[in-house]
Amino acid sequence: MPWVLTVPAALALVFLLLPLAGLLVRAPWSTMGERLAEPRVLEALRLSLVTATLATAFCLLLGVPLAWVLARGDVPGRRLVRALVTVPLVLPPVVGGVALLLVLGRNGPVGRLLYEVSGFSLPFTTAAVVVAEAFVALPFLVISVEGALKTVDPRFEEAAATLGASRLRVFTRVTLPMVAPGVVAGAVLCWARALGEFGATITFAGNFPGRTQTMPLAVYLALETDPEAAIVLSLVLLAVSVGVLAGLRGRWAGAS
Amino acid sequence: MGRRVVIESRLVVGRPAFRLDIGLDVAAGEVVALLGPNGAGKTTALRALAGLVPMTGGHIRLDGEAIHDLPAERRPIGMVFQDYLLFPHLSALDNVAFGPRCHGASRKEGRRIAREWLERVGLAEHASARPGELSGGQAQRVALARALAVRPRLLLLDEPLAALDAHTRLDVRARLRRHLDDFDGAAVLVTHDPLEAMVLADRLVVVEGGVVVQQGPPSAVARHPRTGYVARLVGLNLYRGVADGHVVRLEGITLNTADAHAGPVFVAFPPSAVALYRHRPDGTPRNLWEATIGGVERHGDSVRVLLTGPLDASADVTSAAVAELDLRPGGRVWAALKATETHAYPA
Amino acid sequence: MKPIRTASAVLALLLALTACGAGAKGGTDAKTGGKTVTVFAAASLTGVFTRLGQDFEAAHPGTRVVFNFGSSATLAQQIVQGAPADVFAAASPATMKTVTDASLAGTPVTFARNRLQIAFPKDNPAHVDALKDLADPKVKVALCAAQVPCGAAAAKALGAAGLKVTPVTYEQDVKATLTKVELGEVDAALVYRTDVLAAAGKVGGLDFPEAATAINDYPIAALSAAPSGAQAGRFVELVLSPRGRDVLAGAGFDVP
Repeated sequence: MPWVLTVPAALALVFLLLPLAGLLVRAPWSTMGERLAEPRVLEALRLSLVTATLATAFCLLLGVPLAWVLARGDVPGRRLVRALVTVPLVLPPVVGGVALLLVLGRNGPVGRLLYEVSGFSLPFTTAAVVVAEAFVALPFLVISVEGALKTVDPRFEEAAATLGASRLRVFTRVTLPMVAPGVVAGAVLCWARALGEFGATITFAGNFPGRTQTMPLAVYLALETDPEAAIVLSLVLLAVSVGVLAGLRGRWAGAS
Repeated sequence: MGRRVVIESRLVVGRPAFRLDIGLDVAAGEVVALLGPNGAGKTTALRALAGLVPMTGGHIRLDGEAIHDLPAERRPIGMVFQDYLLFPHLSALDNVAFGPRCHGASRKEGRRIAREWLERVGLAEHASARPGELSGGQAQRVALARALAVRPRLLLLDEPLAALDAHTRLDVRARLRRHLDDFDGAAVLVTHDPLEAMVLADRLVVVEGGVVVQQGPPSAVARHPRTGYVARLVGLNLYRGVADGHVVRLEGITLNTADAHAGPVFVAFPPSAVALYRHRPDGTPRNLWEATIGGVERHGDSVRVLLTGPLDASADVTSAAVAELDLRPGGRVWAALKATETHAYPA
Repeated sequence: MKPIRTASAVLALLLALTACGAGAKGGTDAKTGGKTVTVFAAASLTGVFTRLGQDFEAAHPGTRVVFNFGSSATLAQQIVQGAPADVFAAASPATMKTVTDASLAGTPVTFARNRLQIAFPKDNPAHVDALKDLADPKVKVALCAAQVPCGAAAAKALGAAGLKVTPVTYEQDVKATLTKVELGEVDAALVYRTDVLAAAGKVGGLDFPEAATAINDYPIAALSAAPSGAQAGRFVELVLSPRGRDVLAGAGFDVP
């Protein structure tokens, strides 16, 4: 292997792992056990896992069709749409949260309608956490799936059509299975992004233990008074996410 | 069985730089080969029949019923693609079962039909193999089984043997011929290989530049080519001239022919009918002219000499003759052709 | 040339973005070398200190005052980690203690006090006119998280009033709490009087007697390792001067 590649690669790895090492070094190992046993930690962790998973499911439901439209559809202004999809990537998450409040909040056009029809107000609910996380994570899914779709020869879809498959059947039985690795990769990215989401969540969903306080929020607030607790929480979040992703990789992406 | 299937169509596809406009009729049980050079529009015609390319005009009627407005998935067709396009995530069995499932068969029924077809193409033991695990010839047979499993009334084959190596091709071609013989619907085959067309098809339709230039039974087309492309394919020298009895006037030369005609005719003769001499031979009744050698190339066991002069023609001679006559580009030779070896037919 | 120009544009954008991100950490100003006073101050002091900074620059030509406004706890952490600050003005004695405990500052002086007010959207949709209204489950309330000073003060005041208030969210800082009121997503919140005054026109404010039990002291200190030396002390003097008291009082602070 040429050193021009291996040296920067090693540097990149160090760059990524050094902050983690910092956390590990400063972690209060002696009191770790009792800190982890705190019910608020488990509560925040459970909420984080549940909301990130729901947000990923939501993104799959809406994001895969959107990726298909971008990759295959004959929509006018596709380039513009594609650029707009990446907006949540560029937008500071807090701004995204404010934007969600302005539209889906009690006084927002959509939020007010929802409230008048159903009496349900989205902000400060667990559902709001899912919405905020999905908003921020959706581009990751759409971009991965669109990239995967572009690598599939559209003639496979033609072959399916000549065999009598409707467009929906072509999509579910041919296109989707062929891009499965891309969908899994996108979903993993999406889930990881949702799990770490902070700005949009605290702005749109607020912070209430057990309902909207996810791990990143708990970490942020712990930093105010108890940096050691913040380190513990960060490590828990890190360990769980790395564990889940490594497990998934072994099961799903191993073949690719 | 015994369905009477007749395709009656006029296929018009207009594009900025190209226009396809051909009439194509296929009788029940008939195999028609669309033959033509690259870019002639044969594949476009096939895709128009399949509904994969929108037509800008014309019509397609199947048993008198218009199908040109139907999307591909609602046409009673089966198609074998050049590179097969077997779904890589499905086993051979599920690839073949895909069509029947789309047409409403249960999972069990679909697999039963698929197993039957895999047996017919001799691949029953490869049912669970993924396309990536199949050889080229096996993949081609799975693709054929997949297309036939939907019981199409129109079978479309796009260069079905092009992706195979020469050795496999012979075997697969023979098998394909048998399956086409058993098929009672209409079949349209696209190819640029004349031998493939002759072996597989009952009728050739030669397409050049988006239009039909010649059609008929393979033997007739081979014997009476009507364009330079077809003549080259079947290995004949071809000229257009005006006949007056046994004499045909071409551009710059007059030939005596065996057949007598009057008016515009084609004259064709094989390169092996041309004999070459260093000096003018005496007392021969044959057609005789002096030519310049344009090129010399190996052609199987013999050597093909390209002649220019009053008549551009190919002549096949033995390697020994090349040395003996000192045939080299730029040299002058005398060419002789017996009238009995020519073939004249109305243009 | 085009790729190079694009690359440099991207680089400039990245730099701008990281500069924004680093805003909370910046300190010294290399351009004017030495003649810079770096003040770390609680976010609630933004308006007041910006004005005093201009006064200071006018009185000391050639000297620049650079501010790092943020959460007091975060600022204290940064100072402890070696951020090159001259002056630290905190929103609570506890956060100042972090710095004095590390022997990084002299004795702090309380220069201002802040008291809580009930803030409500301008049209006061829930008709809040007393602290006890916040205990009504139909009234949506936002409080600061207990980990930040305004949250600690709110808990104290509510405790003194014998009220049990369940908010829909514990916000990460006072500005975020106020934003929820401004957007009308909550009916009431407990925030500082100075914040209500700063958002005058967008929110209404209401004093309540129990606020007296939770007065927030703002300590200020010049740091022992102040890179600007004596200038640090002079800035502290300006804050404590009659001029400083005027500006603070004008912004709604109680001045000792």
